[in-house]
Amino acid sequence: MRKRRRASAGPQARALGLGVSGIILFFVVWEATPRLGLVRERYLPPASEVLVRLGRYLGEASFWKDVADTMTSWALGLLIATVAAIIVGLIIGSSRFLRRATHTTIEFLRPIPSVALIPLAVLIFGTSIESTLLLVVYAAFWQVLLQLLYGIADVDAVANDTAKSYGLGPLARVRYVVWPTALPYLMTGLRLAAAVALILAITAELIIGTPGLGKQIALTQSGGAISSMYALVLATGMIGVLINLAARIIEKRVLAWHPSVRGEVVL
Amino acid sequence: MSPQKRVGFFFGLPILLILLWWALSFNSTNFFVPKPVELAQTLWATWVGDRFFEDVLPSLGRLAVGLFFAIGLGIVLGLLIGSTRWLRNLLEPLLEFFRAIPPPVLVPLLMLLVGVNDGMKVAVIISGAIWPVLLNTVEGVRAVDAVLSDSCRSYGIRGFARIRYFVLPAVTPQIMAGVRQSLSIGLILMVISEMFASSSGLGFTIVQFQRNFAIPEMWSGIVVLGLIGLGLALIFQLVERRVLHWYHGLKEITHDS
Amino acid sequence: MTVNETTTRQTTTVPMLSVRGLQKVYKVPGGDVEAVRDLTFDLAEGELVCLVGPSGSGKTTLLKCISGLMEQSSGTVELAGSNVTGPPKSMAVVFQEYGRSLFPWMTVRANVELPLKNQKVPKAQRAALVDAALKSVGLDHVPKSYPWQLSGGMQQRVAIARAVAYRPQVLLMDEPFAAVDAQTRADLEDLIRTIWKQLGVTILFVTHDIDESVYLGERVIVLSSSPTVVQEDLKIDLPAERDQLNTRALPHFMELRSHVYAEIQRAKLGPVTEQITAQRRASLPE
Repeated sequence: MRKRRRASAGPQARALGLGVSGIILFFVVWEATPRLGLVRERYLPPASEVLVRLGRYLGEASFWKDVADTMTSWALGLLIATVAAIIVGLIIGSSRFLRRATHTTIEFLRPIPSVALIPLAVLIFGTSIESTLLLVVYAAFWQVLLQLLYGIADVDAVANDTAKSYGLGPLARVRYVVWPTALPYLMTGLRLAAAVALILAITAELIIGTPGLGKQIALTQSGGAISSMYALVLATGMIGVLINLAARIIEKRVLAWHPSVRGEVVL
Repeated sequence: MSPQKRVGFFFGLPILLILLWWALSFNSTNFFVPKPVELAQTLWATWVGDRFFEDVLPSLGRLAVGLFFAIGLGIVLGLLIGSTRWLRNLLEPLLEFFRAIPPPVLVPLLMLLVGVNDGMKVAVIISGAIWPVLLNTVEGVRAVDAVLSDSCRSYGIRGFARIRYFVLPAVTPQIMAGVRQSLSIGLILMVISEMFASSSGLGFTIVQFQRNFAIPEMWSGIVVLGLIGLGLALIFQLVERRVLHWYHGLKEITHDS
Repeated sequence: MTVNETTTRQTTTVPMLSVRGLQKVYKVPGGDVEAVRDLTFDLAEGELVCLVGPSGSGKTTLLKCISGLMEQSSGTVELAGSNVTGPPKSMAVVFQEYGRSLFPWMTVRANVELPLKNQKVPKAQRAALVDAALKSVGLDHVPKSYPWQLSGGMQQRVAIARAVAYRPQVLLMDEPFAAVDAQTRADLEDLIRTIWKQLGVTILFVTHDIDESVYLGERVIVLSSSPTVVQEDLKIDLPAERDQLNTRALPHFMELRSHVYAEIQRAKLGPVTEQITAQRRASLPE
């Protein structure tokens, strides 16, 4: 990593260089471990084999169908959950009474692991996409709702009162006072929900067997196609990374004006 | 708020919902939805007794062990990685990738590497639950207050003392935030590892009920899982309140000003 | 252009704090920024010297270099004859942001005790030092409180107590009262002078408040604006016993503060020439 410009182009380039070497190092270790016999090749194929298989997958239509299946239930579930959470959140958040009344119910329902619903989903929907959606929506809903409630609770009482005194009705107040305050929280909620939604989508496919990458992973594992299994694991990881990245970029764009994202400039 | 009002808010909506449920299911012969009384009876009959010791306790035991190591390793590694800049830069892309892998996907993988046994289930829990703690700790170490750091340096507080008196307490709020997420991920993974690859345990039992169409029992299992989730959340709140009492006090003051 | 020279102590003993040709250049995207060009001055043992300058005169940079928290680009800093490369053991710093310099998870007492605990001072001795320090700043009634439960002025007292208990040879204070209200500031200024006389510690006090610098210091060093050099080293020949009411009403106080004010206005106009720097350098012992 040569410094092309003076001074502080250095540290950033160095960090990038280290990061890349980290990844390379990881693959080297992965390649060496089975080849040196530290782990049975049957259980851990060398990195090269897995990467080649992954490359082949990228050219197969069935792979992309699985990706599409997973992404469809992910996106749909996320959408439903977000809309529901915003509606419920605004309703609850708008009244102190409602907030207090629903507090215990929310605190009770929230920690219920969504995987508990798996038997229920299987019973009602079998192996169709609705099963996946049930899990995804349930898990994502709480993430968004909770963050939204935090955001609404964080609304500056003085600002709200000022708006009231200027005759702004509830809808206008939501638009001008509540929304800007709650927006960063909502973004956080969406980011968390996006990650959780992926986890649940894959889980549903893995356990219930609804079509998608999760189901393929289970099939390859039970069928003994180990390199394929590892390749699919890598693929899901990459999808996860892409989702995280996209969420962060969107968050930055939407919140560019917000001080928490702008950050301080300290000399 | 008066105590009566407080109790009212606490129990109000839940009781209302349960009553509604009871009323709606009173005369129904719906196969899928149990009646409240029936559910309570089944809950007692199914879970109090042998099954508690054969399935529930071992599951909880695995969860506890997994969480212990996940949190412990997460903190130690997080402190190490967060404090050493070159190490952090080296590992950051890797860590970002590993945390993005949906943890359930590791169940078949670990089955392969470790076999189908308790060790595998604990490994699954660790492999998923470590990330929130680890990554939050790394972030927290990065964001320690510069003025406080300078104070430590100027008074010669270095090395282990610096970690003990400065870094660790300063990062504890982030660690606790991570621990909260770890608890729910750990629980999810405990259940998944048992649903997918096991012949005993809470998750397995519930799936069996469903496969055998023992509906009330299945529901009772779901309730048990919910209760465990609730229990974990409560324990967490208690611990967090004690450990972070200074943090809450500080936030109250700075929020008001 | 006249330079008001001081009667610098021509002593044969080694000065407690010696700064020679201190320079700090920051490398930022787009080029280099010379924050501090050439700082040269001495502090004799037990002196209370104030450093004052316009905003952007690199006061904080200077303090960070002297305290060993930041490495200078060139020049030397010596504490009692030995070179300062990292934070020296017998130096303590009191920062402006008191809220961030104290540990919020420790009580007042624990905060004051920590540097001593770190030095492995035995328990009994520690307790004595901490008690004495808390008493000297007037905080012996709140040992079990947490810093964030106290007012700003009290928090700064805790930071001062921590420095006092540490028994340093040199105490650096970086605009410690800038973030505190005027009434509290007056009390704290008197507190500093009291502690200074009690302990005989050498104090370098950085401030932007001209009145404060004249009220507190035995000497006032005026800094130019960036790239900073020493613009003037002024002796404050006010009586040793000072108080807020009377001292500040003295005609000589007015003269001194007007002089410093004028110097700072001059400093704001632009960087000082090499000539002045050379003149000053020549008058100090090597």
